[in-house]
Amino acid sequence: MRRHQFNTRKSENNCLPKCPTGIRGLDEITFGGLPRGRPTLVCGAAGCGKTLLGMEFLVRGAKEFDEPGVCLSFEETAEELAANVASLGFDVASLVAANKLAIDHVYLERSLIEEAGEYDLEALFVRLGHAVDSIGAKRVLLDSIEALFAGLENEAVLRSELRRLFRFLKERGLTAMVTGERGQNGLTRHGLEEYISDCVIVLDHRVTETVLTRRLRVVKYRGSTHGTNEYPFLIEDHGISVLPVTSVDLKHSASLDRVSTGVPALDEMLGGKGYFRGSSVLVSGTAGTGKTSLSAHFVDAACARGQRCVFFSFEESADQIVRNLRSIGIDLRRWVDKGLLQFHAARPTTFGLEMHLVKIHRIVSEFAPSIAVLDPVTGLLHAGTALETNSMLLRLIDSLKEKQITALMTTLTGSSEAAEQSHVDISSMVDAWLLLRDIESGGERNRGIYILKARGIAHSNQIREFLLTSRGVELRDVYLGEAGLLTGSARVTQEARDRSAALAARQEAESKHLVIEHKRKVLEAQIAALQLDLATAEQEARNLIAQDELSLRKQEQDRSEMARSRSASTGPPEAGAKSAKARGGRQ
Amino acid sequence: MKRFGGGEADPPAAKWDLKLYVAGQTAKSLQAFANLKRICEEHLAGEYRIEVIDLLKNPQLAKGDQILALPTLVRKLPEPVRKIIGDLSNTERVLVGLDLKARTSKAGS
Repeated sequence: MRRHQFNTRKSENNCLPKCPTGIRGLDEITFGGLPRGRPTLVCGAAGCGKTLLGMEFLVRGAKEFDEPGVCLSFEETAEELAANVASLGFDVASLVAANKLAIDHVYLERSLIEEAGEYDLEALFVRLGHAVDSIGAKRVLLDSIEALFAGLENEAVLRSELRRLFRFLKERGLTAMVTGERGQNGLTRHGLEEYISDCVIVLDHRVTETVLTRRLRVVKYRGSTHGTNEYPFLIEDHGISVLPVTSVDLKHSASLDRVSTGVPALDEMLGGKGYFRGSSVLVSGTAGTGKTSLSAHFVDAACARGQRCVFFSFEESADQIVRNLRSIGIDLRRWVDKGLLQFHAARPTTFGLEMHLVKIHRIVSEFAPSIAVLDPVTGLLHAGTALETNSMLLRLIDSLKEKQITALMTTLTGSSEAAEQSHVDISSMVDAWLLLRDIESGGERNRGIYILKARGIAHSNQIREFLLTSRGVELRDVYLGEAGLLTGSARVTQEARDRSAALAARQEAESKHLVIEHKRKVLEAQIAALQLDLATAEQEARNLIAQDELSLRKQEQDRSEMARSRSASTGPPEAGAKSAKARGGRQ
Repeated sequence: MKRFGGGEADPPAAKWDLKLYVAGQTAKSLQAFANLKRICEEHLAGEYRIEVIDLLKNPQLAKGDQILALPTLVRKLPEPVRKIIGDLSNTERVLVGLDLKARTSKAGS
């Protein structure tokens, strides 16, 4: 007893200690769990899941937090309770056998009880105390204590005893969950909220357009902040899942890593690297524009890198998708076999939006994929109103971002003209938006792809033609010419035409080149001939000069020999020279 | 657990088998026992057996008879099992609870 008081005092000094319930989502809303060592009131109408919530609180406490629990059940027997929660996968019997759980069915039949004089409910305390002590319980569920109001005449005694009971629970440091039926005026039919004011949770279920949605709200949490919204929750085969609907703050970290789209040309359009890791990508387009194929490429590439992917399909079965994608050369079966890829196919109308969201949540948490594909999210519109769908998608995108999972969603747009308008609301949520559209011209329908937006990526502004070939998706530059945007065979024809024109021009240029060459060669030949002529003429001239000189020298020689032979007595050679001069002078 | 014989000898199977559940020697439990003893002596002399069960000593016994309020008187025999809660100060209601009221009125008429 003293120890518990110490705990309480300590808790008042520090911040409120909390007791994690282990229930998916509830601990997030309450920022850690229920107030430790205090009772929490859970109220709601019949069939809204009060008992299941309480039982999960006990079972998870026993299994995950090593905190044994006691259930005082005023309505159902231990066997009934065990059978009820068995559908959630809880093995109550084994927990009871392991002394981790004790269930005491408190049964009160007014018609079999006569009240004769003063009494109190000490036996209830004895039973509870005994059960708690026998297994060292830390948690208690009282379900639903209001049954006492039907079983006992003296309400004054009952009320004072209830007050004592909650005080007893607090003194023992037990974290208790007390259920109560929703009342007309107050939260509970018998005003239990009067006694339990630390934490009050209201459960509710509503049917809108044939779809049931369960909701949970933390009405009050003394000494602690808590999410104040109504949060949808589900009861499914793994227990209760509460959805922290709107991720309160935008705190997710932004990765600089990039993820390939699986189509090299598309990577090229996205700054050469692809999407950012952890971003959300929207691929929208009219029917049959290749949205699923593009998603498959993304998945295929990721699996090839050894990353895990999950594919949520709302239109086709897994087998159908695998078969269809084989036609464009993508074999997803091998990734499924390797355990890298999971398919989850469900019709959008199978269950409510929240159920979808919770399912996706759970699968994503368990499988921890790098990539999640939702094909197509527009299908979910059938499961709720546009407003609900959008808020759900927002939540989904937020939660995926928080986990750094790259999300690729496809949407089906009505007409290609209004494509940008029809998803204005979604567009603000996503980081990258690829638009696939069909371009009709020349009697055929071709596909075009362009990037409408890609936050933080220097992306191409070009429209590319999008081809589905047996080797997968291929992107081609579209023909932008005088005739406008051409695709398909028109593009092919135009390209052929362009090619022949280019060829002709090239040939013409080549022939011109030849003519010039020819001319040059002719001229060069002429030059060579002339040069030859010149050389010959020069040679001849030189020969003549040489002959002249030779004959001149010969004459000179002859003359001097003659003179020598004629007069040996004649005067000195000067005389001869004089005479020559004289003759020259005469001339 | 104390047993109080109704008559001189404790019969192995008394016609009236009564159990009085209490938690310790509180004023209410003592009052209840005194009242019960008195009523039994008046109406069931020699035919009854009272067993007082102290839940402080045997808390596990509360579960079996679905005891919630204290003191609780359980009529095990004759069947059907009946329960009367309180300190048994209202004799009328105790008699009704034990099905003695109707019987005595019949016997009287």
